Amino acid sequence: MIETDILIIGAGPTGLFTVFEAGLLKMKCHLIDALPQAGGQCSEIYPKKPIYDIPAHPEILAGDLTEKLLEQCKQFEPGFTLGERAETIDKQADGSFVVTTNKGTQHKAPVVAIAGGLGSFEPRKPKLENIEFYEDKGVAYMIKDPEVYRNKKVVISGGGDSALDWSIFLSDVASEVTLIHRRNEFRGALDSVDKVQELKNSGKINMIIPAEVTALVGDTHLEAIEVTKPREAAVRIETDSFIPLFGLSPKLGPIGDWGLEIEKNAIKVNNALDYQTNIPGVFAIGDVNTYPGKLKLILCGFHEATLMCQAAYQIINPGKRYVLKYTTVSGIDGFDGTRKEAPKAVVKSIN
Amino acid sequence: MEQDVQIKITDRDGKLHEIAAPVDMALNLMEVVRLYELAPEGTIGICGGMAMCASCQCYVLTEHPLREMQDEEEAMLSEAFNVKSNSRLGCQIQITPEMEGLEIELAPED
Repeated sequence: MIETDILIIGAGPTGLFTVFEAGLLKMKCHLIDALPQAGGQCSEIYPKKPIYDIPAHPEILAGDLTEKLLEQCKQFEPGFTLGERAETIDKQADGSFVVTTNKGTQHKAPVVAIAGGLGSFEPRKPKLENIEFYEDKGVAYMIKDPEVYRNKKVVISGGGDSALDWSIFLSDVASEVTLIHRRNEFRGALDSVDKVQELKNSGKINMIIPAEVTALVGDTHLEAIEVTKPREAAVRIETDSFIPLFGLSPKLGPIGDWGLEIEKNAIKVNNALDYQTNIPGVFAIGDVNTYPGKLKLILCGFHEATLMCQAAYQIINPGKRYVLKYTTVSGIDGFDGTRKEAPKAVVKSIN
Repeated sequence: MEQDVQIKITDRDGKLHEIAAPVDMALNLMEVVRLYELAPEGTIGICGGMAMCASCQCYVLTEHPLREMQDEEEAMLSEAFNVKSNSRLGCQIQITPEMEGLEIELAPED
């Protein structure tokens, strides 16, 4: 069981800045995120795109913002459970919460801060009859262990970077790789496209374009797929695996079943005070919350995180008085023993 | 008002809305749908309008001359589901005076 002061669900910019603000108040944080890396949308959807409304940054790339936030909160030693989705929440007799992920990892904390953005990123599933039946029986939406495909026949569908990269990688592992895409053009890094072209020419990748997978075949597990080219009859291809790679899309997911008040696909919070939800001790900050006048902006998430930490402090340190300290005056004492402070002014008398 | 164009939008439940879209606010079609709340918040414009998701996919039902498709939009649509020959991403279509009488239908949610 992982124990912490504030359990943050979502490692996007709001979640990461919470670590810093909590650290100033001597509270430790642990973050859970369904994605394998920190940064949320900023690293998953648009790492190379600029943002122009982060105060004091006339322009910053979303990926760089993530880097800076990680650097800023580093001395407060946040813990991470990445690549796992927060699934259930259970209130304990002592008032704390236990949050369990889809992989069974348990986390305990007196305060839970949901900074889940638009939700957890889930693979987009093609609309094929019975596709759910074949999940884990030949159909997979992401590749966790490439060795599973050793000496097997694999069909990959999609036209983006992941479809290209995995086709290249698996061409050395699988006995047969077929890449199917709806168009003749691929959207990916130029060298990946060139490499796939090369592998196609040398016969290491079978390419079927423009075409779409239109049916899945097999009694107890996947045995074949049917692929259809425009204005042509469907063709059956025997395969052990079908891996559709159509990117990720965010879904509020299990958090929607936690008994929280939901409005407009977001969690209702008290914005007059501290962004607490209808469950005391559970807060929602950043894009995942809603209140009158809500703006889904990173800079608003930072503000919400800061106020939320004050309320968390009162829950964790009941009755303890608090006075605001400025980092410029007090410096920052990291949990790792480091200290940052303003250099002392030199005092020298003139004779 | 001179500043508005009349647009017909069929929402995902099949309901037809006739709305006035302002041309002076640098809005795109996705933003107009949000302006009038014709699709629930969080189900449209998820990426914010960067042609990086297909949540604002719509079918263009009239022959209005629209901005030509750029590479980003074409690439996204090649990965999206429920794509038809008249599919466009609403976020890539700026509202202009030439759009008077435009009719679109929102594509189903993924």
